[in-house]
Amino acid sequence: MHRGDYIIRKVGFSLLTLIVVLIFNFYLFRILPGDPVQMIVSPRMRPETRERIRQAFGLDKPIWLNIEQAKQTGNAIKAFDSQFFTYIKCLAQGNLGESFSKKQPVAELISMRLGPTVLLIITGEFIGIIFGSILGLIAAWKKGTLIDGLAMFIGLTAWALPAFWLGIVLLILARGSLPAGGFITPGVIFASKAEEWLDIARHLVMPASTLAIMLFGAYMLIVRNSSLEVLAEDYILTAKAKGLNSMQVIRYHVLKNTSLPLVTIIALDLGYALGGTIQIETIFSWPGIGRLMFDSIARRDYPVLQGVFLLLAVGVIAANFLADLTYVMLDPRVKA
Amino acid sequence: MEKREKSSAPTMISPWRSFLQYKLGVVGLGMLVSIILMALLAQWVAPYDPYEIIEATTSDVMAPPSSEHLLGQDDTGRDVLSSVIYGARISLLVGFAASLLIVTLGATIGMLAGYSGGRVDTILMRITDAVLVVPSLPLMLVIIAVAGRGLTNIILVIGLLSWTYMARVVRAQVLSVKERMFVLRARAIGVSHLGIMINHILPQVLPVIFAEATLDISYAILSEATLSFLGLGDPTLTSWGSMLSRAFMRGAVTRGAWWYLVPPGLALAWVTLGLTLLGNTLQEIVNPRLRTHYLFDERKMVAFKLMAGKADLSAKKT
Repeated sequence: MHRGDYIIRKVGFSLLTLIVVLIFNFYLFRILPGDPVQMIVSPRMRPETRERIRQAFGLDKPIWLNIEQAKQTGNAIKAFDSQFFTYIKCLAQGNLGESFSKKQPVAELISMRLGPTVLLIITGEFIGIIFGSILGLIAAWKKGTLIDGLAMFIGLTAWALPAFWLGIVLLILARGSLPAGGFITPGVIFASKAEEWLDIARHLVMPASTLAIMLFGAYMLIVRNSSLEVLAEDYILTAKAKGLNSMQVIRYHVLKNTSLPLVTIIALDLGYALGGTIQIETIFSWPGIGRLMFDSIARRDYPVLQGVFLLLAVGVIAANFLADLTYVMLDPRVKA
Repeated sequence: MEKREKSSAPTMISPWRSFLQYKLGVVGLGMLVSIILMALLAQWVAPYDPYEIIEATTSDVMAPPSSEHLLGQDDTGRDVLSSVIYGARISLLVGFAASLLIVTLGATIGMLAGYSGGRVDTILMRITDAVLVVPSLPLMLVIIAVAGRGLTNIILVIGLLSWTYMARVVRAQVLSVKERMFVLRARAIGVSHLGIMINHILPQVLPVIFAEATLDISYAILSEATLSFLGLGDPTLTSWGSMLSRAFMRGAVTRGAWWYLVPPGLALAWVTLGLTLLGNTLQEIVNPRLRTHYLFDERKMVAFKLMAGKADLSAKKT
């Protein structure tokens, strides 16, 4: 009963946020001054051709609702023959428009770039969580000592550093030993798949490390505080009384049941990680979605911007929703 | 590091002593003050004026440090050190202006939500959650790409998207203050709602606002730097982020021009770290039990606790 309510509430919330994002995304790019058709027409075209193009894109229709046409034809459904609902219909069909600069469907562009970004995020999060957890455990175990203070300091510093600068510094430091950017060494034919993946891995090291450093501060703080609470529990005392030493206590009592909660944590962090990914991909020329967004800003490629933003927003909303769902299962005392 | 419990009535303890105990906070304060001084005294401290028109030759482009240019020259031959010093002004300006917006917006919403409770609270908190869910950097990027570059736009965009933490923190504090004796007594003698909010609750909330604002300033400064680095900064100004953007785009990495790449970022890190340390300490002083923090999310806490195999979740209420 309580849980059902919670879930329904979360579904409603996510849907509402989604709708607001859609409307916002749609409207934002209509506020642009000037005629959007200017982007794709040549100035040498006749005004009639321009008008035909505008009609083809449905730009002669009203923006939100087409009341007039509904009245004229007496058909209520015609009221939805407007720019906004055409937009929604296209979205439902997976049509995100066409890129201004590349003349390719946006959806295609995005799907090409999705893989590298996912790879980067997963690797970066993995390293960040492990590193953060270890440091957090150490800090909790040695609470109050210099080690604790040092760990906290390192964690806070890592969070305070601008991600792009961190990437630049790493780039300078690793010059010569690691590739300066890109996904794979261009123009090389690999002896085997394994070698190919090894090359990708070499390119992945720095971007993923940068992301990991960005993220680990938060994980360290959380693990430290969670561990402190756990360590204060009676059953830890029991474990120690039973004769388990520190290492064993940590291994048996402090590190169980990792997978589900871990996914929750990653999901909640996704928005922040995406922000970092945009910067990291720019610096390391990583061919992912972040890089796509950056490039399209410079080129004023609004359809791509719109499409990528929509994808990111939907992704994060979905991730948060999933995290909330798992949260329901994790925490029996869910607040209504 | 936990000290004595806070009694319900505001006590007159010496804030300075508990402050010094948190040495990191002092360090942070020092870092911040040094940057503020640098920004205010820029005209006297900087050897050159980065905005004046100069003559440069090709040998000046990204020239390494020399006696005339202690941190070398940038891609147009300008003195890097001076640009870094003047850049402090922009970062601090954006930081404080944006956080002013954040405080106004976030504190108002937080107070309204916390004090009203019920429907108003739920609606306001849903709105807060919605703003929180949408990824902020992509949203800022998209808005500035459409609305145009400029300092005002940046400040507005940062302020309008970052108030959520303040709102949450303020609301939590209001909730805890609302039920205290002196508030109930004020209600009993008929003080209006607005009067209570301003005269009784606000003073209790101000320290929390202050502590959170410090962290928000650092967040705003980072955001401005990131936006500038990605090419959406104010084109007429030389901020640290835009310096790094130009450095990166014009091949400073390939040239190995570390004097152009490291100092602006270092300055950024300095300010942000100082503010973060300071803000952290302030938060611990003001309300050590108020566990809201940028890096914190209660759901993550729960998840990690389960990783630790914590059997009984109902025992501890965070």
